[in-house]
Amino acid sequence: MSSDEDNHACSCGKGLTRRQFLTSAGAGALIVTASGHLGKDQEVSAAVIKSGEGTKITLLINGKQFQMLVEPRWSLLHVLREELGFTATKEGCGRGECGACTVLIDGMPRYACMTLAVEAEGVEITTVEGLMRGEDLGPVQKAFVEHDAFQCGYCTPGQIMAVEGLLRKEPDPTVEQIRQGVSGNLCRCGAYTHIINAARRAAEMKKSGAV
Amino acid sequence: MNESERNIYYLRGIPVPETPPPGKDPSPWKKTDIVGTSIPRVDAYERVSGTALYPSDIRLPRMLYAAVLRCPHPHAEVMNVDTSAAEGMPGVRAVISGKTSDTDFAWWYSKEIKTKIFDPLCRFEGEEVAAVAAETAYQAWDAVRAITVEYKVLPFIAEESKSLDSSSPLLHPNGNTAKTDKYSRGDVGAGFSEADVVLDETYRTECELHMPMELHGCVASWDNDRLTIWESAQGVYSIQSRIAEILGLPLSKVRVIGHYMGGGFGSKLQPGKYTVIASLLAKKTGRPVRLFLTREETFLAVGNRPPAIMQLKAGVKKDGTLTALEFSCIATGGAYPANGTSLVDWLVRDLYLCPNVKTETKDVYINAGPSRPFRAPGHPQAAWALEQMMDALAEKIGMDPIELRLKNIPSFSQGREGNPPYTTTGLRECLSEGARAFGWEQARKRSSGSKENGHVKRGVGVASGLWFAGGGNPPSTAVVKLFSDGSVNLNMGASDIGTGTKTVMTMIVSEELGVKPEMVQIEYADTATTQYATPSGGSKTVPTEGPAVRAAALSVKQQLLSFAAADLKTDDSSLTLRGDEVISMKDPLVKVKIHDVTGLRKRGVIVGVGYRGPNPERKVVNPFAAQFCEVEVNTMTGEVRIVRFLGCHDSGRVMNRLTYDNQVFGGITMGIGLAMTEARILDRDQTGKMVNRNLHDYKLPTSLDVPKEMKSLPIEKPDDTANTIGAKGLGEPVTIPTAAAVANAVYHAVGVRMTGTPITPLQLCQALEKDGKERSK
Ligand code: FES
Ligand code: FES
Repeated sequence: MSSDEDNHACSCGKGLTRRQFLTSAGAGALIVTASGHLGKDQEVSAAVIKSGEGTKITLLINGKQFQMLVEPRWSLLHVLREELGFTATKEGCGRGECGACTVLIDGMPRYACMTLAVEAEGVEITTVEGLMRGEDLGPVQKAFVEHDAFQCGYCTPGQIMAVEGLLRKEPDPTVEQIRQGVSGNLCRCGAYTHIINAARRAAEMKKSGAV
Repeated sequence: MNESERNIYYLRGIPVPETPPPGKDPSPWKKTDIVGTSIPRVDAYERVSGTALYPSDIRLPRMLYAAVLRCPHPHAEVMNVDTSAAEGMPGVRAVISGKTSDTDFAWWYSKEIKTKIFDPLCRFEGEEVAAVAAETAYQAWDAVRAITVEYKVLPFIAEESKSLDSSSPLLHPNGNTAKTDKYSRGDVGAGFSEADVVLDETYRTECELHMPMELHGCVASWDNDRLTIWESAQGVYSIQSRIAEILGLPLSKVRVIGHYMGGGFGSKLQPGKYTVIASLLAKKTGRPVRLFLTREETFLAVGNRPPAIMQLKAGVKKDGTLTALEFSCIATGGAYPANGTSLVDWLVRDLYLCPNVKTETKDVYINAGPSRPFRAPGHPQAAWALEQMMDALAEKIGMDPIELRLKNIPSFSQGREGNPPYTTTGLRECLSEGARAFGWEQARKRSSGSKENGHVKRGVGVASGLWFAGGGNPPSTAVVKLFSDGSVNLNMGASDIGTGTKTVMTMIVSEELGVKPEMVQIEYADTATTQYATPSGGSKTVPTEGPAVRAAALSVKQQLLSFAAADLKTDDSSLTLRGDEVISMKDPLVKVKIHDVTGLRKRGVIVGVGYRGPNPERKVVNPFAAQFCEVEVNTMTGEVRIVRFLGCHDSGRVMNRLTYDNQVFGGITMGIGLAMTEARILDRDQTGKMVNRNLHDYKLPTSLDVPKEMKSLPIEKPDDTANTIGAKGLGEPVTIPTAAAVANAVYHAVGVRMTGTPITPLQLCQALEKDGKERSK
């Protein structure tokens, strides 16, 4: 899967816009299909893992290790929400269309629904729960509260992770950079204007170390 | 408890409004201290920390996951369902279909038209055929894919304009007309002959889908004969009553909980078949079942804003007097009676003064998912037609479009019997103050000059609107409970669908009792433990629940004062609440701390019940709006960039400026979607299936689609005739004029009328080309 690694490598440290993400996600999907065909043609006799059978992995989520059995097809989103109970991360489509499932992988915003749990071994996964300082909110979360950067709140954890990822890469983003940075996160309530204000405020808060 | 600790419950130095004598209506607030300020939401912490549990987050012990098999054809008969393979698959615990004995429940759309939960005749792509419950969602989907169904595929119709053709297949025995409505006042013929200018135009708005970010669904769980449902819903009582009716259960045995929910916009006012299916699977397996649809399913089966073809003929005199409006509309609520033309002529009837009006609307069936109410049903469609027409008329008579609108502002509702007056209307101010704040005149001159400058043209547009409802109404009950330490519990049945209801209600309690907002705890949206409320929709939650909450808080205050009067051996009318004390207005030495009031100590709590009183008689409570925008059109690529937007709204008293502005921007954002990107596309010739059933191909506005400059200017006219808090609804009016304002701005920029949504680069290029050819002729 060298091209997969390429995707990974090229996206690291650069961040992905919605469009770039789609291109890379599309490439990933192609690879899966291709290998599926290969498997059939060559009649690979290696043990096939069936539905319900697990493979053992270790995930590093919010600084804690989780050892578990997963089906190879399970998405990271499924594992987070249904197996481990990290329900802050939301599901809005399950296939890379909405951004509700955005988490940080090695500090970069990624769609957890488009990441297989088995792929997520050996990387650092951060969810909204991981931005909390005990019971206290982190700076991005505080800025979202202050600026009322949500309505129903369902896209919010994803938006927060997108902003968090942006600020880790670009501590002082312009409005244009923020608009790009959250453009892969749909908000049907239309809270974008306030989300952008909140992101600016979060940048200030982080800079001044006020939190 | 020492003094300083006790004070944490009170807002220091804030005077609490006077308590009305028992049995008297409270007088309107004159000056408010909490209401009207900008405070962050009371549940913001839960929403940003992820501790808010949405129904789709609920995980119960032994819970199963369900998935639904849906008909892939727009019109087909289910001949046979073979579930045997699915039943034997790993993790599968139950499979149900029309063949299973215990699924024979009716699902009705109207008195006449009923179907079954799994009906053998599928009239739209996505109708339910079978369902599975399994240990994981993956396994449930494996099993769904293993079910084989034999369909007899029937001819379909996917275009409302062809629904009534004799060659079109019939969806229902009585034909494809779901409903025809007619309205008329005055004499349009005479009106048109009086006019100096008469214009006639056909407009079209495409089908728009709700697409709340939380999917539709629920968790269902039985304890013997008692069913509990956690549903992503706009109202718990409306879910409870329908499910109880379908399953034949007493209301007391159906508990619906709907604390957090991730958006509805009208599509979650009622339960879905999914609610029934989850309940049936839970019953069959004896385990809790979670059933949330996939995004794709929500494109097909949980409602939409009906597409509409609208013809509007209008007459105007040179001085700007409207003489006649004639409107006809064909729209479709899909395959079943679903109010496809609901309120689609309302703005034509009611927004502007016009003595002669005639409308006719026809709702027809096509083989597509039934519509559900969608944020201001009918209104954005009508605004698209009427507000573009107003612009065109203004141009023809050489008048500014705002001036033409200002000339025709009614103070009463012409569309209703007896012309009842509006309690308040701020339409005039919305237009005139909005124009000032927007810099309308300068912008209009500046941008018309830009027609000369290169291929990027600027234009500005305006549109106005009103919302048919928005005044709220009984019934509503709220309960306020004062604890002995002065903190407060508010119990109400309404849901907070993201509009900030809980925050606004907290502010009302805080205003009346002087307690800090953070010391108010809300219990809400649970049919077992909270009071009756109608679902949150129709922009009526604040004006419906607010007065009940205020009344409940006042009742607590009255009781507290009379208990204190007994302690102080004085008359309660001389007492008032100040900080953490009840104090005499005559003699400041006569006072008692709240926690020392004997009546409260004896009872532990004081409970106040508040009800929503009746609306004013023979008056209409409506919110009004005007929105302004500036666009940049690239005449080479057909791209439209929206540069700025201003929403100017009269929704009575502003309860919380922060959430108010958010709501205004949200409505504009959704309206931009209708104007620019959103359309359900059916493969009308070959398969009848929806071809853009995902969020890549059906485009919701993103952060890049909203203008960098978004402004909100409330026209604040507390409506004290309407109700005891003076507020009118906001959630729907904010999206009514948006799309039309964009179209008007595009016209101003490039001189072509975009009569159909969405204004895509392709459509615009074609229109520009046609326009160029016509001009060169
Ligand atoms: S749930 Fe992952 S992008 Fe929508
Ligand atoms: S806050 Fe509701 S979808 Fe963003």
